[in-house]
Amino acid sequence: MSATSIWSKHAIFEKHSIFLLLGVLIVISIGGLVEIVPLFYLKSTIEKVDGVRPYTPLELAGRNIYLREGCYACHSQMIRPLRDEVERYGHYSLAAESMYDHPFQWGSKRTGPDIARVGGKYSDMWQLEHLNNPRSVVPASIMPGYPWLAKTPLSAKHIADDMKVLRAEGVPYTDEMIASAQDDLKLQATPEADADALQKRYPKAQARDFDGNPETLTEADALIAYLQQLGTQVDFKLYDNKANVR
Amino acid sequence: MSTVQTPAKSMTGGELGLILVFAALGFFSVVVAAKAYTPEYAFHAYLFAAASIATVFIIGNRYMDRPAELPPQTIDGKPNYNMLPVKVGTLLALFWGIAGFLIGVIIALQMAFPLLNFDLPWISFGRLRPLHTSAVIFAFGGNVLIASSFYVVQRTSHARLAGYLAPWFVVLGYNFFIVIAGTGYLLGITQGKEYAEPEWYADLWLTIVWVTYFLVFLGTVLKRKEPHIYVANWFYFAFILTIAVLHLGNNAAIPVSVFSPKSYIVWSGVQDAMVQWWYGHNAVGFFLTAGFLALMYYFIPKRAERPVYSYRLSIVHFWALIFLYIWAGPHHLHYTALPDWAQTLGMTFSIILWMPSWGGMINGLMTLSGAWDKLRTDPVIRMMVVAVAFYGMATFEGPMMSVKSVNSLSHYTEWGIGHVHSGALGWVAYISFGAIYCLVPWLWNKREMYSMKAIEWHFWISTLGIVLYISSMWVAGILQGLMWRAYTSLGFLEYSFIETVEAIHPLYVIRAVGGILFLAGALIMAWNVVMTIYRAETVSQPSGVALAPAE
Repeated sequence: MSATSIWSKHAIFEKHSIFLLLGVLIVISIGGLVEIVPLFYLKSTIEKVDGVRPYTPLELAGRNIYLREGCYACHSQMIRPLRDEVERYGHYSLAAESMYDHPFQWGSKRTGPDIARVGGKYSDMWQLEHLNNPRSVVPASIMPGYPWLAKTPLSAKHIADDMKVLRAEGVPYTDEMIASAQDDLKLQATPEADADALQKRYPKAQARDFDGNPETLTEADALIAYLQQLGTQVDFKLYDNKANVR
Repeated sequence: MSTVQTPAKSMTGGELGLILVFAALGFFSVVVAAKAYTPEYAFHAYLFAAASIATVFIIGNRYMDRPAELPPQTIDGKPNYNMLPVKVGTLLALFWGIAGFLIGVIIALQMAFPLLNFDLPWISFGRLRPLHTSAVIFAFGGNVLIASSFYVVQRTSHARLAGYLAPWFVVLGYNFFIVIAGTGYLLGITQGKEYAEPEWYADLWLTIVWVTYFLVFLGTVLKRKEPHIYVANWFYFAFILTIAVLHLGNNAAIPVSVFSPKSYIVWSGVQDAMVQWWYGHNAVGFFLTAGFLALMYYFIPKRAERPVYSYRLSIVHFWALIFLYIWAGPHHLHYTALPDWAQTLGMTFSIILWMPSWGGMINGLMTLSGAWDKLRTDPVIRMMVVAVAFYGMATFEGPMMSVKSVNSLSHYTEWGIGHVHSGALGWVAYISFGAIYCLVPWLWNKREMYSMKAIEWHFWISTLGIVLYISSMWVAGILQGLMWRAYTSLGFLEYSFIETVEAIHPLYVIRAVGGILFLAGALIMAWNVVMTIYRAETVSQPSGVALAPAE
């Protein structure tokens, strides 16, 4: 068989758009299927790790503000298992730590530092000052100021609906969590409140006034509540990294 | 007795159907606006309502003004091309290009001088950044692709664009999507997925527009008078089809309510990361590569008046490119919680991808065989050839950065931004500029662009801009990468993070200057296009007709 006849066989794709389209569809499907489908079955990508829990209503509202302001454009939430990163930012990130993140916020750029484990690193007041005017606490910072967050009352009256959608997508919110969503939202930002019920539903949830303004529940309350829990859910003193080999 | 009977004028099914659909959509949008959870969403619903009502009136007026018969497919045996949507798409591309470059300059200056965020939510970096990326990729690039594909598919098929209202729905509907997406970012409406920020309702609208686009393109190819589908159209097909698949896969989301702009992506964590970069990398592969390779395969041979260098190479490189690209996504997730095997697959295929990419580059460059002298005399050819050269450079750099050990340094740094822009400015924008410089005289029946001198200026100013941009970002990226991992002799991390931010400040300034030069070049182009339309010498015969390629 001469070489020309092999090339001439390609005419079927050039003369019939249906074959061309089917050919393209088949060829582009293979790679995606091979790389994506197994991630829904493999142990290392679906394993649960002790401590990882769904976000409280306040943290969820704060996370939505994090998305709204496009924080992911400059801050990653994915610590790679490299010596300098682990020393700079903390234990490398686990797949399980973002299992309830719809969407994920690993990011792709570090104009600012990684914040996967920023929770508890700074005080609430530092976070508030830093959001209001980053250069007041870090003089060389190039981060924009977000002074409107502390002035804007949090609008989250539909947060229970958000939780219902997330439950439909696999986040284990219980009926009780959804029923008490509005109460939990306010309770978590109330100073010296009895947070036992909240912490029973959401272990280790931090409850206090986050923005230094106990009168109003603001967007800064929600965002700081979200930031202060980042990377704190898993207790790495107890975590067995051999069980999660990747 | 032989009087020609004029048929009674009546609405086509499409006209009537679209009037009814848009009337219903307008009414529905008003209801949504009234019950919207947020004022920002209500604003969008009113935009939908206003656009729907306007569409009803436009279709009605168009019907009143048109003759009873729809435009014929051919006039005197020659195809009656439908070029008005192409003209509108070309001008919109130019408009969005300048808007996108301008926002790029603004955010580049914000990174150098953060006071320029002015503490205002609507113009803070985090909201402007997706506006920049969407404006240049989807608004500028998208309009170039839609307009050029409508031109190329007609000329290479020798057939009028399929559909009567459908091409207009594609061009205007797509640009309406851009308006919704862009205003949404400024108002804080976003899914929080890079390069896929528009929320569920914008995504739904785009899906309808995109399916129509596919059908118009396919319908035109099916009407072709040539037995073969021209190679540029293979690439357009791969681009349109794959973008549809990627868009649906990556944007699978459940809205909180029809009255809420908010939705939650069904994927989460590591699965969402993989889906996102399957989408993200192939937006590069199929939107910014396959689509613009179609431009290369039409406009370079046309302008150089030479056939495509190798027909066989185009076959091999087409199938290899689309097969391999899909695998490359995981190289955006090296050393993350994505399993190692997936990272390794992504890296391996990225390296193999180097070959078909350079196959395409060779096919484009070698098309100039016997016409290299034009490089000296024709700045339009020069622009397109430099575009292909940048394509070759970026598709070497990409595989290199996908090697895990290189990536451990380059990832998260400005090197990635430099890499993207050598592709985006050098390849995508330059091949687009070249195509626009070809298209404008062809579409408006002009002998040539108004000022070739202005094209020279555009070329050299923006080339200088690109060089400043990418070299400053290379230096910044490598500097960041090295400083982050630097240790003192005592074994401590040498630099705090903020020291690395301070170190690259001068490079941010140089980058902004590069961006300003690039924007200045585009403004020269806009002036030249306007002058061409109003002032350039008209030719009676559309200059493109005689030069239509053989296949």
